[in-house]
Amino acid sequence: MNAAFRISGAGRLSQARTASFSFDGKSYTGIQGDTLASALLANGVHLVGRSFKYHRPRGFLSAGAEEPNALVQIVRDNARKTPNVRATVQELYDGLSANSQNRWPSLAFDVGAVNDLASPMFSAGFYYKTFMWPKWAWKDIYEPKIRAAAGLGVSPEKPDPDHYASRYAHCEVLVLGGGAAGIAAALAAAETGVRVILADEQAEFGGSLRFESGARIDGQDGYAWAQGAIAKLMAMDNVRVLSRTTAFGYYAQNFVGLVERVSDHLKNPGRELARERLWQVRANRVVIATGAIERHMVFANNDRPGVMLASAARTYLNHYGVAVGRNVGVYTANDSAYAAAIDLKKAGVNVAAIVDLRDNPSGAVIDEARALGIEINFGRAVVSAGGKLRVSSMTVQPKNGGGGRTIPVDAILMSAGWTPSVHLFSQSRGKVAFNDETKRFVPGTYAQDCVSVGACNGTDGLDATIDEAYAAGAKAAKEAGGKAGRAAKPKVDAGESWSRGMLGAAPGAGPGTTVKAFVDFQNDVTAKDIRQAVHEGMHSIEHVKRFTTNGMATDQGKTSNMHGLAIAAEELGKPIPQVGLTTFRAPYTPVTFGSIVGHARGALFDPTRRTATHGWAARQGAVFEDVGNWKRAWYFPKAGEDMHAAVNRECVTVRKVGGLFDASTLGKIEVVGPDAAKFMELLYTNPWEKLETGRCRYGIMLREDGFIYDDGVVGRLAPDRFHVTTTTGGAPRVMNHMEDYLQTEFPHLNVWLTSITEQWAVIAVQGPKSRDIIAPLVEGIDMSDEGMPHMSVREGRICGVPTRLFRMSFTGERGFEVNVPADYGEAVWEALWAEGQKHGATAYGTETMHVLRAEKGYIIVGQDTDGTVTPNDAGLDWAVGKKKTDFVGIRGLTRPDLVAKGRKQLVGLKTKDPKVVLEEGAQIVADPKQPIPMKMIGHVTSSYWSENCGRSIALALVAGGRDRMGQTLYVPMPNGTIEVEVTGMVFVDEKGERLNG
Amino acid sequence: MLLIRCPYCEEERPELEFRNAGEAHVVRSANIAGESDDDFEKFFFIRANPKGVIYERWRHIHGCARFFNAVRDTVTDKFIMTYKAGEPKPAKLPGASK
Ligand SMILES: [Zn+2]
Repeated sequence: MNAAFRISGAGRLSQARTASFSFDGKSYTGIQGDTLASALLANGVHLVGRSFKYHRPRGFLSAGAEEPNALVQIVRDNARKTPNVRATVQELYDGLSANSQNRWPSLAFDVGAVNDLASPMFSAGFYYKTFMWPKWAWKDIYEPKIRAAAGLGVSPEKPDPDHYASRYAHCEVLVLGGGAAGIAAALAAAETGVRVILADEQAEFGGSLRFESGARIDGQDGYAWAQGAIAKLMAMDNVRVLSRTTAFGYYAQNFVGLVERVSDHLKNPGRELARERLWQVRANRVVIATGAIERHMVFANNDRPGVMLASAARTYLNHYGVAVGRNVGVYTANDSAYAAAIDLKKAGVNVAAIVDLRDNPSGAVIDEARALGIEINFGRAVVSAGGKLRVSSMTVQPKNGGGGRTIPVDAILMSAGWTPSVHLFSQSRGKVAFNDETKRFVPGTYAQDCVSVGACNGTDGLDATIDEAYAAGAKAAKEAGGKAGRAAKPKVDAGESWSRGMLGAAPGAGPGTTVKAFVDFQNDVTAKDIRQAVHEGMHSIEHVKRFTTNGMATDQGKTSNMHGLAIAAEELGKPIPQVGLTTFRAPYTPVTFGSIVGHARGALFDPTRRTATHGWAARQGAVFEDVGNWKRAWYFPKAGEDMHAAVNRECVTVRKVGGLFDASTLGKIEVVGPDAAKFMELLYTNPWEKLETGRCRYGIMLREDGFIYDDGVVGRLAPDRFHVTTTTGGAPRVMNHMEDYLQTEFPHLNVWLTSITEQWAVIAVQGPKSRDIIAPLVEGIDMSDEGMPHMSVREGRICGVPTRLFRMSFTGERGFEVNVPADYGEAVWEALWAEGQKHGATAYGTETMHVLRAEKGYIIVGQDTDGTVTPNDAGLDWAVGKKKTDFVGIRGLTRPDLVAKGRKQLVGLKTKDPKVVLEEGAQIVADPKQPIPMKMIGHVTSSYWSENCGRSIALALVAGGRDRMGQTLYVPMPNGTIEVEVTGMVFVDEKGERLNG
Repeated sequence: MLLIRCPYCEEERPELEFRNAGEAHVVRSANIAGESDDDFEKFFFIRANPKGVIYERWRHIHGCARFFNAVRDTVTDKFIMTYKAGEPKPAKLPGASK
């Protein structure tokens, strides 16, 4: 059964294909191809929302993306509740469930509507003025209350289960808008063979041909021609046709963001379909064919449900077969509303009267309306709409005042004229120009390789539009390298044409009046509010906008900007171009975060790096920690062990027997070439020229300012080859730092840098039994202390594969680091593990590594240093080549501040109570009795429980620290002050004998 | 997203492939160790922050990995030209706003 306002035989939808849906819990029937708006209107439902500030009842203003009023919440399930969906855009599907917003307890009876009665309190600038005092109340009282009251829609309770796709695309010609102009431009461009993308925000192409019943092209109805043209374009290999796709942002160098709504119109989208797809398109040329948007008339109570744009009423009738009322009034300042009156009258709807502000207009549509017997009133104004939840009447007066009469109506169709959609042109940084004759802003100066055609360019009439668009499409394609096209330009047999109209408040809502004549429906801004803003000193349109919030809602003022500007200009007594247009910004319509985020969430947010032994460690039950993008084994708990117990066992076992540790994440850079040593001399503080082949050295890298940038052990494999290691986190920036100097400051050096971090897996074998564990597997290397002393490197084979074997220690024990090609990493680890098991060695993770190195006072750059620490501060002066005349940072080290006394220096700390473990980052004071705020003299950089020492240990940066040995300092904490003693940094084996132990 | 021309690849590539590396034509002294405090301050700390034409270093980090120089207009955000590291400041700029 057809809904009450569906007109049999009207519209293009198949009325047999029904779809049921619900709105605010009530069930309705629509038909396939409806929008939620057309389906509700077919059922006679106009009241769909409450306004933002005054909670006034609202209906549908438009039939498209410019809709400011009919915002609803679409609910699929608990996780999918999309707020602020424009009912005029949402396509109907069987089972769709929608709710109204901003009302309580119900749409028809809304408590918040008291704001409407109290509206003198809520005038322009209300938020700025009212809630500013007292200051504390804003945060605690006003803001939370306002936010609760102002919420539009409800957030879902669960994470978004949908997925969002993302594509990059390149084309020669991108056409934005698929009305007559866009289609003509795309046809012309496509014939030249270049790649063309045509996008339109609607489900079907055709733009205003959807409602323009008078258009005929190539002998067909205009809309039918559009469908034929689209079918032709879709069949071409060089053309991509995107419907339901909104160009929301125009960025530099013809980079345009489009969002395609892939599945919001489907009943059961299924998991394989994305909800939306973001297209990032780089186009050689862009054709903007975004059309124009009809403006409403600004008169009292122009927001009553049932008061809508004339073109919207036509769209509902001619496309959806829906009458927006049974007895409609028309209020206009141009010709286009006449076409609506004529179409509705012909469909059997009574047109109570046309009220035309103009004095004596003439033309074909006026004659036709008159011939149909419609009452026409020239020089008159609708000064008020009657009714509350639905318009019930219009009060008509002569425009210069005088006696009025009230005409009963159930809808008012209005048109103040058409505003060219220059949003994307303006976003491209083009400058608009005001045409004084037609009172509209049109594209003026272009900033990018684009062209505007049709209504958005201020071109009137279908014939002129297609001429212009076809020529522009052909020209854009030719400029982008296309061949000459052959097909004929579409021939316009008949079209509609209108321009002019009015801007600003209509009679009855002008200066001196206080009626609620809305300019911006979504933000509840009236003509009076804008005049008030000017009176209160807002003389720039940007200030007026912010003070009144005109044009700042999610519809971005598509219907309101020009009216607001005209009212401000009138009040300021300035011409419109002098007042200026506010800036258009992306997005053109709201864009979901999902479409911007795309696939980059969850596990795909950031890459995960795993070392060669990751699988082995996972099988052993290792707990992992994130270090940059790496997953590193943190500790290896045995059954029943917590982290503390596992780390204690690992620490003791390494010093007693030995341990295996995966050090693969350390950055590795190979520095190769005849000038490799010279380069190393310049990049590190240490001397390198005299380092023998086969030996290693601990290197420090500074920034030019003299502060420590990175550190690591470097092995010399050959006179011209260094194997450099970096910190895990520093690997990419150290490589960048080296490349920077090599390419730009020292390009005369013949050196090659290669990142080898991922080529080599690194297995640290540390502890008194380390040599016994490794030796059985090694070939070709003399592993005696004489053959391979501490800080040496050898090349040979282990388990039959090549190795770079380092003898070095980050634990203070005899130690080795076994480098093997990463593909063999796990196999070599397993072989070493089997050997280690014979001795009772342990696998250990990063936590134990940290404790063991702290027991020896070995620093970690980035933990014990923070970018303001010099080698001297860190007690590493020995690593700075005193005879060197140049290295990066040499001059910075002699800066006055860096050689001043009292700098923070790295020292050890022992708590007086050995069981207390300090908190890393805790501040240190000399006198705990001083008044707050205390003078802080340093902070704890590393702190651990050391099972080997049987007590806690810590490292700290303390002002003049090395002169404070033995002093007692204090660490004030929330639960009391902790006493500490300043000590040296080495807590285990101060003489370093265990390195050969 | 801007397109930037790499003077080594001789191609315009998207901004994502590049990384800014600070002001260009700041020369490190051959005798840096002997530099006065004032000169070192100028070299290391003081940077131009012009409204208009700026000379910058960029690196085609996700491409050929080369450092190069670029002239950019900080008002329009347009790249006026790019050239190889080590080449002198261009005497003439095509289409600069000032
Ligand atoms: Zn390149």
